[in-house]
Amino acid sequence: MDWLRAWMMPPQGSEFAKEIDFVYMALFWLSVVLFLMIAVPACYFAWRYRYKPGRVTPHQTHNTTLEVLWSVLPLMLCIGIFFWGLNGWMKYAVAPGEAMEISVTAKQWLWQFEYPDGSRTINDIHVPVNKPVKFTMTSEDVLHDFFVPDMRVKHDIIPGRYTQIWFTPTVLGEHNFTCAEYCGKDHSGMKGKLTVDNDADFAKWMETGGTEWEDYFNGKDPKKTPADWGKITYERVGCNSCHTVDGSKSKGPSWKGVYGSMVELNNGTSVLADENYVRESMMNPQAKVVKGFDPIMPTFQGLLKPNQANGLVAYIQSLK
Amino acid sequence: MERAVTGGARIGDRPRPKKNYLNETKGFWSWASTVDHKRIGIMYLVATLTAFLLGGIFALLVRLTLLTPQHTLFGLQVTAETYNRFFTLHGAIMVFLFIIPSIPGSLTNFVLPLMIGAKDVAFPRLNLASFYLWIVGAVMAVASMVIGAVDTGWTFYTPYSTTTSGTVTLMTAAVFVLGFSSIFTGLNFIATVHKLRAPGMGWFDMPLFVWGMYSTAVIQVLATPVLGITLVLLMLERVFQIGIFDSRIGGDPVLFQHFFWFYSHPAVYIMILPGLAIISELIPTFSRKTMFGYRAIAYSSVSLALLSFIVWGHHMFVAGQSQLATVIFSALTFLVAIPSGVKVFNWLSTMYMGNISLETPMLYAISFLMLFAIGGLTGIFLGTLSTDVHLTDTYFVVAHFHYVMMGSTVTAFIGGLHYWWPKMTGRMPSEKWGRVAAILWFIGFNATFLPQFILGSRGMPRRYYNYLDQFQPLHAFSTVGSWIIGLSLFISLGYLLASLRKPADAPDNPWGGTTMEWQTSSPPITHNFEDTPVLEHEPYDYRPKAVTH
Repeated sequence: MDWLRAWMMPPQGSEFAKEIDFVYMALFWLSVVLFLMIAVPACYFAWRYRYKPGRVTPHQTHNTTLEVLWSVLPLMLCIGIFFWGLNGWMKYAVAPGEAMEISVTAKQWLWQFEYPDGSRTINDIHVPVNKPVKFTMTSEDVLHDFFVPDMRVKHDIIPGRYTQIWFTPTVLGEHNFTCAEYCGKDHSGMKGKLTVDNDADFAKWMETGGTEWEDYFNGKDPKKTPADWGKITYERVGCNSCHTVDGSKSKGPSWKGVYGSMVELNNGTSVLADENYVRESMMNPQAKVVKGFDPIMPTFQGLLKPNQANGLVAYIQSLK
Repeated sequence: MERAVTGGARIGDRPRPKKNYLNETKGFWSWASTVDHKRIGIMYLVATLTAFLLGGIFALLVRLTLLTPQHTLFGLQVTAETYNRFFTLHGAIMVFLFIIPSIPGSLTNFVLPLMIGAKDVAFPRLNLASFYLWIVGAVMAVASMVIGAVDTGWTFYTPYSTTTSGTVTLMTAAVFVLGFSSIFTGLNFIATVHKLRAPGMGWFDMPLFVWGMYSTAVIQVLATPVLGITLVLLMLERVFQIGIFDSRIGGDPVLFQHFFWFYSHPAVYIMILPGLAIISELIPTFSRKTMFGYRAIAYSSVSLALLSFIVWGHHMFVAGQSQLATVIFSALTFLVAIPSGVKVFNWLSTMYMGNISLETPMLYAISFLMLFAIGGLTGIFLGTLSTDVHLTDTYFVVAHFHYVMMGSTVTAFIGGLHYWWPKMTGRMPSEKWGRVAAILWFIGFNATFLPQFILGSRGMPRRYYNYLDQFQPLHAFSTVGSWIIGLSLFISLGYLLASLRKPADAPDNPWGGTTMEWQTSSPPITHNFEDTPVLEHEPYDYRPKAVTH
């Protein structure tokens, strides 16, 4: 009967999925039996006791034994099913402590993921095989729901709160995930791909700092230049919260026209804004602080991948 | 087919009275200002069936849009926004304008006073007010569609509903008004059942339909105010941004879901209990046999009404309520299975050794038994915590609640409509076409909704405009099924209307029923009975008359 399970359920991406499917199939066959216990008598009686003029029907008002029987037996069955369902659900409800934590921000209509090392991706995640992964989720706007059919898990994502799901993927390859709580116009387009990698592939993927970089270096998206990726990093990493690119003043100096200019520092000296200056300002921002600004910038040492830093430099170069 | 004439209540057909409730007075005003429960019932019937037609058109549009992944409708491209409005209007119209008011407002309004031997409901003017509130609510709902758009889904979940553009405020105001219509109806039935029963009729002499509708009325009166308050809060939130449900201004979106389902789960029983109530009339009448387990069925209606108030959290297993609450709600939810099962087993026992004829109403009753079984059994998958996590918010849920709301309640409603049509109109509808439509209904319904269980378990979320190509065959199958349903309803509409054109031909008691509505003429006179009816025997007593005392 495996074909029937395979027809009714998505592929099984985890051991948990197999457990859920087992419960599902058991309930399925139980339902088939119970349905026949209702449908067969209904049809049989309608045929066996079909209308004949003048037939007198017996005056049966009730039967206490039967009433008790068909109340108590279903009740015991239901209690059994409840505990069976509870047993499986307990595993879903609590993530193991060693699980890798990925934070998820859902918004109309895309998914942002952030790894423990700061790598970020959109709509596309890689996770290592056979290791528990925990998703800590929140929403920037309305309700969403992170649904991974192959893992048989889903949970609503609520603005202003954190919710969690977890699973241990056991099957390499691509699995879909999708939004399961109605969120407006492109609700049905709010989906993405979860790729389960072996440890080596996962480590390699993590080095690149996110899928989009990987695509670029694999030549999948040759139209984008390093400066384009720098712009994405500028927005993704949050440089844009202090630095503008149009010359206007914010908490930090604007990047427009900085590259190649002489920058006045708060210690009275000046410095040529070349690649080394820009890179130093990301990794050790307190070394040279621009005149007129507070030394408030945190270091991005270890947070920016080499590729991202290169991209940012290229982007700043491009802002003439 | 020759009719069986059995049962203690059978009274020989008297000459048809010249005056009845339909022709006693004439003209638009005589209807618009009537306080006769029968006329109000007819007006409710026309009104709710019109809403059914409108909601049905949106259902067909939804299915047609999903026929292919290209989303074309008669050559026009349907956008995601349009699709979202289709399913929102389908849901809102069907739930608030059709299913909730239909059986209480139309069939019950007509037959409940007759069944307990009363001249009218307890508060006839309140009854008319309820109908006019329905009209006001319907006009507001239609206005919200015409002057703007609503795309929130019928559940109005926050914060989407408090932040999206469109005429959501007007639509929720419409539902608020419709809530009062429902409360008025429920209040009326409670008072009527308590105070206006015929001499000699104790609580356990009432037909089971009355028990079912009494239970429904209790829920209408107790649960609907919560919806009203919730919708007022939603409107205040939208207009004044006061921070109840929107987390950006300090509110909690999950709170809305608790409020909403605290009404809307009982509302599910406002929808299904009337269906169960009708089936409890059809089965003994067409089996010509004493109802088996009368008290068990009566108590099961009441216990379903009570249970309906303590299981709302099963809509929210993955919605962010506390995990302890989730476990408790799952356990309580399983209790619903017991009274539901009790009813089904008692109906089957009533059919056992009966004398069963398969006229149109009985075909719908047998369809009901099977569709209700599927609807109930698939509920077990959703009440079970571990499987619910995968299945909730998918087409599995869509299929499940259509089996209960449509496969059960609407099937019972159509069966009941055929059952009481001769009493209401004085005409017998075409039996041949009735059976054709009943069989098409059963086939079409299953063709539409069985595939949706598979779509859901395979991971197709609900309210989805786009879907993966692998789901296309099942979607196409489902869409074809919806056309069969449409055909069946179209046929029913045709022969029911056609029956009105012929002269009155219905006997007082065409089916050999034992309850009091069959003791008066078809159609009844304005004051229902020539003399105050007196209860002479238990309901559903099919012993030959000589044995009865």
